Amino acid sequence: MCKDLTLGYDGKAVVSGLNFSINAGDYLCIVGENGSGKSTLMKTLLRLKSPMSGSIETGEGLHSNEIGYLPQQNVVQKDFPASVREVVRSGCLNRSGWRPFYSQSEKKRADDAMERLSILPLATRCYRELSGGQQQRTLLARALCATGKILLLDEPASGLDPKAAIEMYELIAGLNKDGTTIIMVSHDVGAFLKYSTHVLHIGRAEALYFGTKADYLKSEAGKIYAGGQTAGQGREGVSE
Amino acid sequence: MIELISELRGYFQHEMVQYAFIVAPLIALCAALVGVTLVLKRMSFIGQGLSNTAFCTIAVATSANVIISRINESSNFTLPETPTVLIVTVLCSILLMRMGQNTKINGDAAVAMISVGAMAMGYLLINKFPASSNVTADVCSTLFGSTSILTLTLTDVWTCAILSILVTAVFILFYNKIFAITFDEDFATATGVKAKMYNAIFAAIIAVIIVLSINLVGTLLISALVIFPALSAMRVFKTFLSVTLCSAVISVVCAVLGILVSMPKAVSTPVGSTIVAVNILCFGIFSLIGMFAKK
Repeated sequence: MCKDLTLGYDGKAVVSGLNFSINAGDYLCIVGENGSGKSTLMKTLLRLKSPMSGSIETGEGLHSNEIGYLPQQNVVQKDFPASVREVVRSGCLNRSGWRPFYSQSEKKRADDAMERLSILPLATRCYRELSGGQQQRTLLARALCATGKILLLDEPASGLDPKAAIEMYELIAGLNKDGTTIIMVSHDVGAFLKYSTHVLHIGRAEALYFGTKADYLKSEAGKIYAGGQTAGQGREGVSE
Repeated sequence: MIELISELRGYFQHEMVQYAFIVAPLIALCAALVGVTLVLKRMSFIGQGLSNTAFCTIAVATSANVIISRINESSNFTLPETPTVLIVTVLCSILLMRMGQNTKINGDAAVAMISVGAMAMGYLLINKFPASSNVTADVCSTLFGSTSILTLTLTDVWTCAILSILVTAVFILFYNKIFAITFDEDFATATGVKAKMYNAIFAAIIAVIIVLSINLVGTLLISALVIFPALSAMRVFKTFLSVTLCSAVISVVCAVLGILVSMPKAVSTPVGSTIVAVNILCFGIFSLIGMFAKK
C-alpha cells in the first residue's frame, strides 16, 4: 500500500523510506515516540497532506469515500452545540454528493451505527455534555457511517479512563472481526499487544520495523518498546 | 402610549420606513445564519475584516468615479458601486478563509492585517478624492450606518430582498455540508467530501451578507449583527439545528425592535447602534436563562 514514502513539514523530512502494505481485514498498529511522525503518516494516508516523495497505492478500488476516520478531538468540538445524531449523520455526507438532505437509508445507516455502539439512547443528547468515552463512540459511529471497509484511528483511547479505554478497544476489535480493516495510531502498548495483527514502528527519521506482531515482539525494537511484555502475556490479557 | 402608537403609525405612512422594515429582518436573518458557523469556527472577526474591505472598495469605487469625471467631464461612465463591492468582497472572503488554514500567517493575524489596512486605505482615498463636500458625514454613515437604512431606494430593497433570499436558499441547501465542515473539516476531507469547495461557497455567502448589512448597521457594527444572535442562542440551545433556528429568530426580532425603539422623537437614536444594543440586552437575558436552566 505504501511505497518508499517520505513525509515531512515545510520541506523537512520527518520520516523517510517507509515501506509497508496491508490487506483487507488486517489490524495495523502504528507505534513510535512522540514526534516520530505517526500523525503525519495518518494525515498522509487520509490524503490531507501529500507525501514529499513516494506513493500510496490502494488496490481493489478503494475510493477516498470508503475511508472512515476517528480523529483526535479538536478545540472546536469541545463547546460545539450538536446532538449525537447530528454528528453521526454527518458521516453519511460522503455518499450524498450534491443532494442537499439525508435520505431515509442514510438516516437508517446512522441509527444502525449508533445502535451497534450502544449510543442510540443518547441520540438527542448534546455532544459536548457527554463523557469522553461516549464522545469517542459518537465519532466512531460517524466513521462507521462513512465506511465499513477501512478505519483509521488516531489515539482512540487518549483521555479516556482505563475502563472506557478497554471498552473502546473491544469495540474496535469487534469491528475488525467483522471484516473492517483497522489502522490505529497508539501509545498504548497493552492495546496493540492484545489486538493488532501487524505493527509499524516508526523511530526518528526512519522506519524501524514493519511486520506481523509475533515477529515484531522477537525483534530488537519490539523488545525495547514492548518493555519485556511477552506476546503470550498480551494474548492472555483478553480475559481481563 | 396612545400618542406613541399614533406617532409610529405616522412613520409607517412613509415608504422609506416600510422599506426599512422589509430589508432589516431579511439582513438580520442572513447574518444570524452564518453567525453560528463563524462563531464555532473561531472566525468571529472575519465579518469585521470583510466589512472594512467593503468600506475600502466603496472608497475606491467612489474615488474612481470622481477621477473619471475630473478627467473627462462629458463622460457618463461610472463604476457601479454595489456590484463592484460585492465582487471584491467575495474574493477577499475566499482569500481570508484560505489564509485561516495557512500556517505561515495565521487566520487571526491575517484578518487583523487586512481589516486595518483596508480601513486606512479607504479613508485615505475618500479624503483625497471626496465625492461630496461633507466627507465626515459620508464616512460616518458608512461606518455606523447612521441613517442609511432610512434612505433606501426601491432598487436597494429589491437587490437586498433577492440576495438575502438567495443566501438563505443556499444556506438551507448546503446546511448539512456546512455543519460537517464546521464540526470537523479534516474528517469531511478525509472521507471524500469536497470541503474546500463548500468552504468557498460559504465564504461567498458571508461576503454577500456583509455587503448587505452595511446598509443596516454600517461597517463597524456588522460583527455584532453576526455574532450576538449566535452567542445568545448558544447559551440556551444545544443542538446545531436549534441554535441556528433560535439565532435566526433572535436576530430578526432584535432588528425589528431596534428600529422601532430608535424611531420615536423621544428616543431618536441611530438605528444601527440601537439594534446592537437590543442584541446585547438579549444576550444578557439568554445568559441568565442559560444559567438557571443548568441548575
